[in-house]
Amino acid sequence: MTTVTILRVVTKILMPYILLFGLYVQFHGDFGPGGGFQAGVIFAAGIILYALVYGLNSAIRIAPPVVLESLFALGVLIFAGTGVATMLMGGHFLDYNALSPHDPIHGQHWGLMAVEFGVGMAVASGMTLIYFAFAGRERVR
Amino acid sequence: MLLLTLLAATAVTIARMRSLLAAVMLTGIYSFLGAGWMLLLDAPDVAFTEAAVGAGVSTVLMLATLALTGSDMKPRGHSPWLPLAAVLVTGAALVYGTMDMPAFGDPNAPIQLYPSPSYVDKTEAEIGVPNVITAVLGSYRGYDTLGETTVIFTAGIAVLLLLRGRHRRVRGDDTPSDGETPR
Repeated sequence: MTTVTILRVVTKILMPYILLFGLYVQFHGDFGPGGGFQAGVIFAAGIILYALVYGLNSAIRIAPPVVLESLFALGVLIFAGTGVATMLMGGHFLDYNALSPHDPIHGQHWGLMAVEFGVGMAVASGMTLIYFAFAGRERVR
Repeated sequence: MLLLTLLAATAVTIARMRSLLAAVMLTGIYSFLGAGWMLLLDAPDVAFTEAAVGAGVSTVLMLATLALTGSDMKPRGHSPWLPLAAVLVTGAALVYGTMDMPAFGDPNAPIQLYPSPSYVDKTEAEIGVPNVITAVLGSYRGYDTLGETTVIFTAGIAVLLLLRGRHRRVRGDDTPSDGETPR
């Protein structure tokens, strides 16, 4: 945690834009550069910046590790679950065409959106958790 | 060219640096230069990743590690000539290996002939998204990306188990952690 006013104010101003940019990269990933992984790390970098400037305890309050652990696993489950959903709808595993039988292109869009969301969720929560685990340890020597 | 020169200069400076703190900051700069270079090569996806992971998250993790272990480098117990020779030989072998590679951007290079055009041609009709990289990663190669995500998940869980298991034991002992031998 830092008490330097400039850092605290600049972080407070930048935080919403970093998180918003993360969401933009996440949901615009099929039209512009980026995708789930990039969005996840940008989002995690935003939370880590907050933890650096405002202290680990404040960051844990906005992103509790219990929730992050669930999101970490849920992200992978969303990806794999999309594959199971396409199988249930009569296609192959991860064959997004099956999601929308009348318009395969729509199915592809939905499938990509879902799996990228899963990747982003897993990467963002995983990165944040690892930082929390590092920062929460005490000095060994 | 300027970026590559800066990259090389940063790498040499890191190797000569005695202060680990400064070396970590320089690796952050190195990653940032690398991100700029990727952007010049028209690979904004890689540049995003390099800037966020290389310059951001991993630098912070290295700093967190230094905060736990201390930032002084132990003096070298050996002469630098053997490692330098190993690096030079490996580097020369790598450069020799690139001799028969096609020129950068050569339209007749194997990578441009197959399977790249088929993906670029078919993505618009089959997937309908302008970003071919997302289409390849998410749809054509969805299995691989699922495996990749699972690897990230497994690695993350392993790191968390390693780091946290010790933390809990320290707390359970109710003794300050300086009595433990660091590994």
